[in-house]
Amino acid sequence: MIKTLDQFVPGDQGEVVKVGGQGAIRRRLLDMGITPGTRILLIKTAPMGDPLEITLRGFNLSIRKEDARYIELKMDSPEEESND
Amino acid sequence: MIDSHIDSEQDEFIPKADHTHVGTIADLKSDNNPNGLRLTFALAGNQNSGKTTLFNYLTGSNQHVGNWPGVTVEKKTGKVKKYPGITLVDLPGIYSLSPYTDEEMITRNYLLDEKPDAIINIVDANNLERNLYLTLQLAELGIPMVIALNMMDEIAANGDVIDVDGLERDLGIPVVPIVARNGSGVEDLIRRAIGVAMHREQPPIRDICEGEVHKAIHSIGHIIEPKARARGYSARFVSTKLIEGEDPIKQAIGLTPEEEKIIDEIISEMEKATGLDREAAIADSRYRFITKVCSENLKRRRKIGEQSTSDKIDKVLTGKYSALPIFLAIMLFVFWLTFGPIGSRLSEGFSELIDTGIGIVDHALTYAGVSEWLQSLVVDGILGGVGSVLNFLPVILILFICLSVLEDCGYMARAAFIMDRLLRKIGLSGRSFIPFMMGFGCTVPALMATRTLENKRIRYLTVLLTPFMSCGAKVPVYTLFIAAFFAKGKILVIFSLYLIGILVAVLMGLILKSTLFRGTPAPFIIELPPYRWPAPHNVAIQVWEKIKDFLERAVTIILLATVVIWFLGSFDPKFYWTADSSQSILAMLGGLFAPLFLPLGFGNWQAITSLVSGFMAKESIISTMAVVYKAADQGLQTVLQSIFTPASAFSFLIFVLLYPPCIASVSTMNKEVGTKWTGFAIVLELATAWIVSFLAYHIALLIL
Repeated sequence: MIKTLDQFVPGDQGEVVKVGGQGAIRRRLLDMGITPGTRILLIKTAPMGDPLEITLRGFNLSIRKEDARYIELKMDSPEEESND
Repeated sequence: MIDSHIDSEQDEFIPKADHTHVGTIADLKSDNNPNGLRLTFALAGNQNSGKTTLFNYLTGSNQHVGNWPGVTVEKKTGKVKKYPGITLVDLPGIYSLSPYTDEEMITRNYLLDEKPDAIINIVDANNLERNLYLTLQLAELGIPMVIALNMMDEIAANGDVIDVDGLERDLGIPVVPIVARNGSGVEDLIRRAIGVAMHREQPPIRDICEGEVHKAIHSIGHIIEPKARARGYSARFVSTKLIEGEDPIKQAIGLTPEEEKIIDEIISEMEKATGLDREAAIADSRYRFITKVCSENLKRRRKIGEQSTSDKIDKVLTGKYSALPIFLAIMLFVFWLTFGPIGSRLSEGFSELIDTGIGIVDHALTYAGVSEWLQSLVVDGILGGVGSVLNFLPVILILFICLSVLEDCGYMARAAFIMDRLLRKIGLSGRSFIPFMMGFGCTVPALMATRTLENKRIRYLTVLLTPFMSCGAKVPVYTLFIAAFFAKGKILVIFSLYLIGILVAVLMGLILKSTLFRGTPAPFIIELPPYRWPAPHNVAIQVWEKIKDFLERAVTIILLATVVIWFLGSFDPKFYWTADSSQSILAMLGGLFAPLFLPLGFGNWQAITSLVSGFMAKESIISTMAVVYKAADQGLQTVLQSIFTPASAFSFLIFVLLYPPCIASVSTMNKEVGTKWTGFAIVLELATAWIVSFLAYHIALLIL
């Protein structure tokens, strides 16, 4: 199932299929290693619901929902998901 | 083994070294040999890679802090310990050489135009993949380079294994494992860097990509090579940047329309063949290469998804219910340490020391029989002024110890994460909370703390809004007026003053965000580094830098300003010295401006004169009032009651709350955002203070 990252709930994982947006924001996403094929896990949302904390390539990033919607992922099916 | 053959066309692609270094390592170790060998190294790396720690370790307290030309990004340079012939330039922490932020442009321009003798690229071994992304871009510049593979102690502690030799072989760049926190491996690092610099060993150009992207880089490389060479740039760098679609580089080398057309064709062919657009294609191929290198040379013990200690700590510190209470508790604790018993005891002790010193000088001058005005200049003007400013030192010391520890251990990034939602509504970041909070204590360290904010826009907005937080020095003024006018509604009045300050800041934030600071906000994508223990050595140097910076200003700009105010308050309009400040130039100026304050309810020259002297330090509002109203301290309340009404007293307090802070704060502001914005801030604060006081006066007239 294809979803954008802002639609993920904590614990969801997936593989990046497309990085949208343009200019500085897009470049920042790509520079941070969010390239097609990269695996991303949504760890949690901040206490007030935004931003998100994700982990990829062995490090953690804080990203706002408004920026996360540029990232399209193929979500793992529920049984593959970690129970964390 | 990775196919990382050295490009056969390398010689054509990189500008030839214009000279080779002549000299010996002995030259570099000596400080008094101006004709000997001198080298400049640039320190580049990601944020949170330990770059500052390494810089501090290499240079000690031998640092020079300035600004990069045209921007308010800090530029630090220093001489390497034991090698005074080597100058180390600390480049801003960046993730890429893309052209979108000041920090990235500074790094690019410095490396391209100044051409340091070598780059020391610091890489966080725990975060190899993302750190190497910058490494690959730096390697394209054709500047000799070594990689400092940092935090190797954590790699060992985690049970991970990195094949350092394998990494060096695959990248073709010397890799030196180090631990910047304790200096292990650093001596070796410097020796390797000297080696590559002396022999002008340029990093080999690796074929990071295959197929279409590879073809495009080479075809474009051939077209632009002469122009790149003429400009002194590496053709490989220019070629990849052109594929990424960068205007600055296009302009820098000056392509003809025909060349641009051919290049565009090559790129659109590549896009078609790879199915990726130009920017994504380059990023993708870089990360592909890196993934390959890492899979060969890095063995992680921990499985994906398995929690580290840091993850467990984070679960509590940024957890849904625990995050905010813990955040507030930490903030209050820092505030309490700084301005509570410990801070104030230290401040008091310090100021007693200063007063004793001033007392001794005073006696000495009387004994020496110098003229009265000279004695006043030295004692009241110079020593008094600088002394009152030096009282800030203990506060700055404690606050910056706390902030450096929080920053070093990784909590600051979480503070931004937790508070982001709330503060971005007024155009700020979660980190702005810290300057705001500290602003209730003292504006000076609060403004100094804005240095770590993410970008210029947020930094400037925070600097403009912080002075509206009611600082501690205003409290005596509030107390005096409340005792005289609002004995019953004491709490309410104090509370309303603080609240008005905050509301004004929020409102101002909303206004500035949609006017002067309009435009797309910079992306807020920040790294949340693992928690780690702060390095004491590093904290000490960071705190010392802040203290040094403040002391420099205390004896220059602040000294000058206090002497000017002393002069205005001690001489009459005919430039005769007068002990009676009601005859002074300051009093005359007060009278001149007094009518402007009639609509606010306190249009008498004495009140205005006190406000002007409050610019030196807020506490001196009271001492000036005592003099100009000719009231002994205990009589001041009674005198005020005969001059102010409750409404005008409230209006006066609002003005004190909102008008420009003291000279020490203004000079700090000037240091952080420059003269233009400081001037703007002063006008903004005066206007706001006037308008809000006016409103408060007239509303109070109706109620009281």
